[in-house]
Amino acid sequence: MISTAGLSARANDGFPHLKQTSNTFLENAHEAMQDPEKTQVRDLMALFTPIMRDAAMDSFGHFDELRQHVKQVKQHSLEHLDHYLNRFEQEALQNGNHVHFAADADALNSTVLEICQQHSARLVAKGKSMVTEETGLNDYLKRAGLRVTETDLGEYIIQQAGETPSHIVGPALHKSAGEIRELFLAKHDLGDRELAETADLVGEARSVLREHFLKAEVGIIGANALIAENGYSMLVTNEGNGDLCANLPNVLIICTTIDRVLPRSEDATAMLRLLVRSATGQAQTCYTSFYSGPRREQDIDGPLETHIVLLDNRRTDILASDYKEMLQCIRCGACLNHCPIYASVGGHAYGWVYPGPMGSILTPLLTSLEQSSALPNACTSCGRCAEVCPADIPLPDLLRDLRHDETRRKLSPSRWRLGMRMHAWLARHPRIYHTLTGLGIRTLYLAGRRSGSFQRMPLASGWTSQRNFPAPEGKTFSSQYASLQRNEKARAVKAARASAATTPATGRKKTARRKPGQRIEPELRQDWPRRPDPRKPGNNARGSTVDDSSPDRQSAAHPAGPRGKKPRRRPEHD
Amino acid sequence: MTTPPTDTPDTPAALKVSLFVTCLADLFRPSVAFASIKLLEQAGCEVFVPLQQTCCGQPAYNTGDFESSIPLAQQLIQQFEDADYVVVPSGSCAGMICEHYPRLLEGEWRERALGLASRTFELTTFLNDIVGMKRGDRPPIELPAVTYHDSCAGLRELNIKAQPRALLQELCDTQVNELQQTEVCCGFGGTFCAKMPEISGKMVGDKVSNAVATGAQILAGGDLGCLLNIAGRASRNGDAIEVRHIAELLCGDLDSRAIGQGQ
Repeated sequence: MISTAGLSARANDGFPHLKQTSNTFLENAHEAMQDPEKTQVRDLMALFTPIMRDAAMDSFGHFDELRQHVKQVKQHSLEHLDHYLNRFEQEALQNGNHVHFAADADALNSTVLEICQQHSARLVAKGKSMVTEETGLNDYLKRAGLRVTETDLGEYIIQQAGETPSHIVGPALHKSAGEIRELFLAKHDLGDRELAETADLVGEARSVLREHFLKAEVGIIGANALIAENGYSMLVTNEGNGDLCANLPNVLIICTTIDRVLPRSEDATAMLRLLVRSATGQAQTCYTSFYSGPRREQDIDGPLETHIVLLDNRRTDILASDYKEMLQCIRCGACLNHCPIYASVGGHAYGWVYPGPMGSILTPLLTSLEQSSALPNACTSCGRCAEVCPADIPLPDLLRDLRHDETRRKLSPSRWRLGMRMHAWLARHPRIYHTLTGLGIRTLYLAGRRSGSFQRMPLASGWTSQRNFPAPEGKTFSSQYASLQRNEKARAVKAARASAATTPATGRKKTARRKPGQRIEPELRQDWPRRPDPRKPGNNARGSTVDDSSPDRQSAAHPAGPRGKKPRRRPEHD
Repeated sequence: MTTPPTDTPDTPAALKVSLFVTCLADLFRPSVAFASIKLLEQAGCEVFVPLQQTCCGQPAYNTGDFESSIPLAQQLIQQFEDADYVVVPSGSCAGMICEHYPRLLEGEWRERALGLASRTFELTTFLNDIVGMKRGDRPPIELPAVTYHDSCAGLRELNIKAQPRALLQELCDTQVNELQQTEVCCGFGGTFCAKMPEISGKMVGDKVSNAVATGAQILAGGDLGCLLNIAGRASRNGDAIEVRHIAELLCGDLDSRAIGQGQ
């Protein structure tokens, strides 16, 4: 049995800045699906991102081996997290960094603000970081009077639009080029211009951002990995903005979480091989950077002071729970790209920082199950996310375990819980089950045989709101089969009696009363497919399975009887 | 056909197979069970159908009510563990037994679950991979153009992809007219389709459009849940595509009404 010790139910008071709307997932999804243009964009993304990822993995060729390796490395690192964090801290300090541990979002935000204030900073240039989305750092710094500019193009776009990321890798994937054009024309005071091409948009963003890089007093970036053996942090970007944030301002702050730590450089690069292919289908990103620490005497550039802020924010709780596999996540976004539900509704419907399958697990763990109980249900257990997950996280299993927690804590709708219990009770009582289902199915069959399906169905309005409810084909299989058995038994008894006069020793056990669960004797099979009882519904229906009258079926069917029992009958048309 | 079919010479004894019909086939589509029995017999197996069988417990399990699904798992193990082989005409129910029972149960029951899992097969896997079913002397079954939906549980838990296609080729001389995004979920997901109908509707809508776009007359699949979902949507749309279980095609049962179709 699966251990289901979840995380304790805690109200989320650590994220005052973020209005979480995960529990209105269905309403959010409904709203998202009203926009045909956005739906089309999402459909295209869902079609092409898996193709790109598959192409990259196919040409790479070692996905399975490497993911097992990366998983083992991640699990080992997490099992010895204290050791490797300690080692990382020592090495990073040696390199001249300041290392801070932050227990929660507020601790990270206040640490960062304090550093900014120590340097009397006003302007901050920021690289893309989901961790700071999680803590709401931008709002926090803004409230303290700082001006923060996101420098990743996608993050910059959504910052200008006042939105949150819809995807953990491509934060502005929900925005069309037309929308971005309108946004830039409204936000950049640059006079009359066309911005007709996508390249024009990129060019404008580049020139606007250049000023921010040069003027910023503090740069903030995230990290894809922390390397314990040398105290380096690794960052991948496609725009190079991370390096500009890290090297141009005098002060660099790296904000990341404790679960990013890996033992060795080669572990980070092994992870990298999977990360980039899984994320964007590239063999590698345009920029892969390792940050060691502040500028040394012989260096011609680089920050004068560097800080590394390591956030816990319930990750040690997750590590101690049955959801610890979630900490293996390397934030590639492949599960989002392959999730048909994410593709249908987009990232904002999930109502918090992390969307898609990984978000549906992380959100309840990082906030609370009460605040996000809809999310673990946004899953068909199709398994596509787990199939492509480079960290081999059993995402559908974790989502199901969260649904189990919901059931136990009575967070799921009571009618669902009651319905499941009733169904299970019934299925544990085969006699009652078969009697009741037999009656119900017969009724449905009679009511629906003409049309073949129902437009509406009591207790199934969810189903029939989107599709018809197919009517049953006839009587239940078990009732049809039981009838066939009874007839066969009667024939066997009759045959036994007839033969008793001449050969008294045979046929006795065939008529013995069967115990429940006892196997059906094989002689039953001799007749049923070819000699159906015409009185049974289904048998006389057009083309029923047991109706063997049509020549097509004769030709298709195996004309043999059971093996070795009696001479085989040839097909009649033969 | 000139010669009566004979037992395959190199299989001395018939394989004894117990059929787990699955609750959806029992209730909604007995044709699937009858077709499965017929196919297994054609493949030279002896088929037994334990009559006390009900449901594998998947609905409760996937909804998160593990406590309700455990007794059902135990019940099924008791009913079937004497079998040489258990064959299931559904990837998700076979996956439940093979993949999830060992996860759900513990102790002695887990051992028994593992034992049963090692002898349990989805129908097309069993026919193709275990008994290596051949057409023999029978003429190929004539089918109109067929497309195939790869149901998720079978595809990803049990690696069912080549088997139904190989059998369609062998028994029906038919190549599948592949639909775009065949490996993407149809939006059924057990109780998901009722809990999140609008999203499920979008997904099944896409699936039906992709199926119709192939020009195939029949969409086949190996899981009744998905097929009821797809057939229900096709019927709502008024699309003419017939939805049928792979077992029906393989034994040439095209006379029964397609799923969800009227008289």
